[in-house]
Order: sequence, then structure tokens, then C-alpha cells
Amino acid sequence: MRTDSFWSDVGTVLWKEWRELFNPRKGGAGRSGWLSMALSVAVFGIFLPLQTGRAWVESPQMLVYWAWVPLFLVSGVVADAFAGERERHTLETLLASQLPDTAILLGKVAAAISYGCLLTFAGLAVGAVTVSVAHGRGRLLFYPPLVALAGVVLCALGAGLAASAGVLISLRAPTVRQAAQTLSIGTMLLVFVPIFGVQALPASTKAALAVRLSTLDPRVALVLALLALATLDAALLAAARLRFQRAKLAVE
Amino acid sequence: MNEIAIHTENLTRHFGAVKAVDGLTLDVPAGIVFGFLGPNGSGKTTTIRLLLGLLEPTAGRASVLGWDTHTQADEVRRRCGALLEHGGLYERLSAEDNLEFYGRIAHLPAAERRARMRELLERVGLWERRREPAGNWSRGMQQKLAVARALLHRPRLLFLDEPTAGLDPLAAAALRDDLARLTQADGVTVFLTTHNLAEAERLCTRVAVIRRGRLLDVGSPQELRGRAGGGAVRAELFGRGLDERVVALLQARPEVAAVRRQNDHLQIELRPGADVAPLVAAVVGAGAQVEQVRRGSASLEEAFLDLVGEQTANGEGAR
Repeated sequence: MRTDSFWSDVGTVLWKEWRELFNPRKGGAGRSGWLSMALSVAVFGIFLPLQTGRAWVESPQMLVYWAWVPLFLVSGVVADAFAGERERHTLETLLASQLPDTAILLGKVAAAISYGCLLTFAGLAVGAVTVSVAHGRGRLLFYPPLVALAGVVLCALGAGLAASAGVLISLRAPTVRQAAQTLSIGTMLLVFVPIFGVQALPASTKAALAVRLSTLDPRVALVLALLALATLDAALLAAARLRFQRAKLAVE
Repeated sequence: MNEIAIHTENLTRHFGAVKAVDGLTLDVPAGIVFGFLGPNGSGKTTTIRLLLGLLEPTAGRASVLGWDTHTQADEVRRRCGALLEHGGLYERLSAEDNLEFYGRIAHLPAAERRARMRELLERVGLWERRREPAGNWSRGMQQKLAVARALLHRPRLLFLDEPTAGLDPLAAAALRDDLARLTQADGVTVFLTTHNLAEAERLCTRVAVIRRGRLLDVGSPQELRGRAGGGAVRAELFGRGLDERVVALLQARPEVAAVRRQNDHLQIELRPGADVAPLVAAVVGAGAQVEQVRRGSASLEEAFLDLVGEQTANGEGAR
């Protein structure tokens, strides 16, 4: 397999996925057009920053948003990756083409990640402008460089997590709707289990945890979180790669 | 032409207890339209999937254009085009984008891609509508586009899985014309599955009949027709005075296997090697007036029904 043609194949799948994203859907779950993209940017770039105020650009705690927003956005489109092709009877013809398995998989993952990241970045850029207009008193307020850098990496890894998990689920799901439901449940569990899990801990354990966290260097904590996310992304992608077998997909 | 495009040896695929393809041994010569005929569920689509390396065989082997379909499936897919059971078009994309996608997959340079897209779309009469979403089109137009997509990278072998299924007679005839023209222009070998026997008779140089995964017969349509009913030849006599007396006269002759009277004409089934002229002379001699004589063998449809019916009678249907 020649490397340049492999990446060209990945780019071809990415191109097709983006063309489909921009074309209006005729019913069915899991796909976005211009309207839903504009809506996302409006929510994450105008509504939430206005609600949050200056903290939107100044508080490092907002990094949680940078990871969560692409997770949410990617979940909305990635369910369609394979389940949609199967549902619309395009999968078999795609599999009958000369595209290598990995190029199909990576193209679809790349499309989902780029969709999540681009919309998140657009939302955050608009958010900085919104906060500046509302609270900047004539000054442009922007994210501190280190926070922005960490945020970009978090955003990519968050999108990668949703994309890898989504592709894996989409490979197994018979319909887009079922894939989207499984992904929604997974995303909710990812968000709410840690929150309610911590709340359910005994008071003494919570106190000990708080002490432990307060002594932890925030930069170390961030690096550990990034490493954990990267490992999870890689593991899920590897699982999807193992799961992607032309013979099995054609039969299903 | 001696070159073999497809070769299978005892090719077998089971799905649990179901034998979808059962010991298929077949050679398809290059440069022809090969018809793969069989009733629904006879294993035609599974055979195409096996030949494209989309399924692994349970037993046996196959090679396509010299490449093993199991171990060198990528090479097979690189050289083949396919229009499968479903057209496989992206309905939200325009016709142009559908072709662009598959042109990029084939690594056609941009200029060549554009020229080839134009050439194919013009040949099937869709160039002016290339920017419309394929999903807005009729099924006939979609199938034409799918054929253009399958031929885009100039494959040496084209798999067509029931391309005219679900089309109205006009659309089916138009697609058949396009198929004949396009495949002839590109000199491509075509492996066509269909249960439309008139289509097979019109397009195919050789045909194979399959039922319940097993090959029943293979040959040219003429050969299959000739073998139907033990190679019987038919004659039809049109005229006046073709009454029961004439029927009895014909039935008494040794070269006649059977005679049926239908409205104003007689259908005569002749034994192999029999000549029609002495029969006509006998009929005229008996006082009847013969206005027209038609001679021919069984149609491909009759040959097909003969083969499939024979197989059922032999107990295949109970499996």
C-alpha cells in the first residue's frame, strides 16, 4: 500500500462525508446541514458565553466545555457513519470499491472529528467576540494562550473519543436511530456518572479527594487527563479497526 | 478468445445450514456478456459477492482476471466495476458528486476524471442534469447513473446484479441499450445476473443457469435452447383447413413428437433432426391451405423452465 495513495483515499472519504453533511437531509436521524451548524455556533458562541460572562474566556474551568462541546457535536453526526450507509444501501457498493478498509474507517473518523472541532472552534471564536462585546468595555477579551492551547488539544481528543466510539457503535448498529440512541446514552453516562458518582461518595472520602485534588498541580492534572483521553481514543479506534471486516459488513 | 476472466472451482458458501452457493465450477471467457440466470434466492448475488471478495468462501476458490478473490481481493476490486443489488448512489449528492467520489477512489487525475464523467453522462443522456441530487431522479435514471459510475474507471470486468429489476419496460429497454453500447465501446467483460430471460437472450453471448446454489447448465443461449426438451425443434403452421383430421395425420408421422392446435394454427414439436418440408407437403396433400410456416427451437425461457423444473422434479426443491 503506497502511503500517498492511502492518505489520498482517506481524503476522498473525508471529502464525501463533508459533501453529505452540507446537503439537506430527507428525514432520518443523525445528519446535519447548514441550519444545525449555525444553531450550534449560536448556542456555543452567543447564548452560553452571554450566560457565563467574562468567565467564559478567563476561567480555566471552562476547559471542561472545550472537551464536552465536540463530544456532543460529533455524537450528532457520527452515528450515520456506517449505519447510515447500511440503511441507505450504499455500504455494499462502497465496500466493492478499491478503497482500503483503514482508509474508509479513518476517513469517516476524520470527518466526524473535523466537524466537531471546526464547529467548536467557530463557537469559541464567536464566544470570545460575544463576551468582548458584552463585557469587554471596548477591549477584545480572549482566552489565555496556555488555556487555549490545552483547549485545542482537549477539543481534538474529545472529538476523537466521540468519533472513535461512534464509528465503533455505528459499525455494529443496524440503523442510524439505534446507533444515535446508543451514543446518546453513552455520552450521558460519561457526563453524569462521574458527577453523581462523586456525589454518592461518603463525606469523608469526598473531603479526602478534595484535599488530594487541591494539592495536585493543575498542569499535571491536565496532562494526565489528556493522556487518559488519548489512550481511550487509540483503544477505541483500534477496536473499530478490528471490527471493520469487509466480509462481515457485507453479510450484515 | 481463450482468455478466462472468471474461474471458479467448487466455489461454496454456506450461511448456517443454507447452501447459498454449492460447488460452483465455472469459466467465464473474457470480452463477452455472460448471463448468470436463476430464480430468486438461487445464489446469484452471493456469487457476485464471493467474486468481489466481499464474502469468504466456505470451500473452493475463485479467481477474477487472474487474481485470487480471497487472498488478492483488493486487486480484483481495483480492476472491476460493480452495480450491485442496490444502486449504491448517495442520494443527497448530485450525479456529478457521485461520479467525482468514485473517480477519486479510482485515483483518476482530475482532468481525466472530468472528461470521463462528461463522456459517460452524455452517453446516457444525463449530462444536463448532472448537478441535481441523484435522490430526486427516477429509478431508471438512477440505474443509468449507477452504470456510468461502475464504468468510470474503465474496469476490465463489470458485475451487474439485476440491473433492470424494478424498472418499467421503457426504462429497462433504455438501460439495456445503454449497457450494450457502453460495454461494447469499452470492450469490457460483463457478468450479468438476471431473471429476465429476454434480457439475457438479447445481451448475453453465454449463459449459466443456477438453482439453489448449484450450476445446472452453461452454454450459449442457442445451445441451451437446443438442449431444452431433448433438443426438440418446433414448427408452427398457419393457414386454412388445419383441423382435427390434419392433426391426426401429423401425429401419425414418426418425426413428430407432439401436435397442438391453437386457434388458426398448429404447433408441432419435431423430433431431433426432423425436416419440416415433408410435413408441409403432407398437410397440403390432405387438402389444407398453408399460408405461413415458422420453424425454431425452444425459447431461452422455455429452456430455463425446463432446466429448473427438471431440477425440482429430481428432488432439489425439497432440500
